Amino acid sequence: MTDPEIRAAFLAALSDVAPDIDPATVGGGDHIQDDLELDSMDVLNLVATLHKALGVDIPEADYPQIATLDLAARYLARRLAS
Amino acid sequence: MAVFTMPSLGADMEAGTLVEWMIAPGDTVKRGDIVAVVETQKGAIEIEIFQEGTVERLEAEVGQDLPVGAPLALIRGAHEGAPQTPPPPAASAPAAPLAAAPAPSRPAAPPAQATPGPGLVASPAARVRAAELGVDLAGVTGTGPGGAIVLADVAQAAPPPKPADPRAEMRKAIAAAMAKSKREIPHYYLFHSIDLQAATDWLTATNATRLPETRLLMGALIAKATALAAAGVPGVNGHYLAGGFEPARSVHLGMAVALRGGGLIAPAIRDADSLTLDQMMAAMRDAVARARAGRLRSSELTDGTITLSSLGEKGVDAMAGIIYPPQVALVGFGTPRAQPAAQDDGTLAPRQRVTASLAADHRASDGRIGARFLADIADRLQHPEEL
Repeated sequence: MTDPEIRAAFLAALSDVAPDIDPATVGGGDHIQDDLELDSMDVLNLVATLHKALGVDIPEADYPQIATLDLAARYLARRLAS
Repeated sequence: MAVFTMPSLGADMEAGTLVEWMIAPGDTVKRGDIVAVVETQKGAIEIEIFQEGTVERLEAEVGQDLPVGAPLALIRGAHEGAPQTPPPPAASAPAAPLAAAPAPSRPAAPPAQATPGPGLVASPAARVRAAELGVDLAGVTGTGPGGAIVLADVAQAAPPPKPADPRAEMRKAIAAAMAKSKREIPHYYLFHSIDLQAATDWLTATNATRLPETRLLMGALIAKATALAAAGVPGVNGHYLAGGFEPARSVHLGMAVALRGGGLIAPAIRDADSLTLDQMMAAMRDAVARARAGRLRSSELTDGTITLSSLGEKGVDAMAGIIYPPQVALVGFGTPRAQPAAQDDGTLAPRQRVTASLAADHRASDGRIGARFLADIADRLQHPEEL
């Protein structure tokens, strides 16, 4: 997957979990909890949605690596490549 | 024949707008069926019915604003026969002169004005709505029977209403309930620092073996421990009503759900003390999703026997909460953090800890009871495998 495809998949998953957030307004550095107000249930749902969409099982210890769109794009690219 | 009325969905609710009927005359209904959707300050709520039988007649039209207690439908009980005589048509005045006619049997529908203008026939609901909206009925085209003006015609003729701001409405609902609570309930507050290291270690080990879909959150452990403890302490689990404190036989745990952009709602998870952790997770996930989507059921807003408010992973240390009346206790959990803790050998070690709080109604319990309750929650969190 290309970087734009991964970013689109992440935003789609985010939109799925939090339909009230407009993906077009999400900046690359926005923190999903501090800025987008996702709670721990939302984060878990996001991880589950990404697992279904991309087949990447993100362990709890790696949650900080998907805390922003930019971080997640790098992390997911690495996981998809391996 | 039973009258199904607009239910009260909390101390703070005065009225609701009927937005959808899910039943029609002739339908069979049973206890717990969702029969209507009502727009309230807390969003659209699915209304459950608590009668059994057959829908005889709908008494309210979609679009009507109805106070709590207003009749919505007539339900014929399962063992009642069909009505002996059809209801008399409105026009067939009995022998008594019109002026002495008995009061209308339907309190919600105001009596029609005595003399409508020539050629002007309108339903009572349409008249009320027209008066509210300032619509002159003379200028409205009726589409009802015989050209009568019905509610929909008035709505059509009225200027489009300014949509109520749901956030502002919810703020009003919170204001009403919390002001009532602070006015009437003598709160006392207790705080207790709880070691969460055992629960944290257990959760990390458990989740490491699970796919994301089946992972657990600390919130589920906290909810289960709170529900189990509440089951053993009647003074914090129940309702304070006109006749005094009534302990509840079950634990229906209200879970405070914060809405992004503001607002708060606490749907009840029924029999929370008997759920497994996986069932608790599923119930919490479902309740949060529907609270956010504005699609809770009426019983979820009224069944709570105690409320739990967790400040989450990124919050502050502790809270002193306000009880949701007519409940008598609210449990608050701050944000768990690693903190230096004194060990038995006198050294310090980092431990994951959280401050739990209890706001309780002094009319229903004393501090000693509340302290026992918080201590019991703490004990249960030391044995996460038993939750």
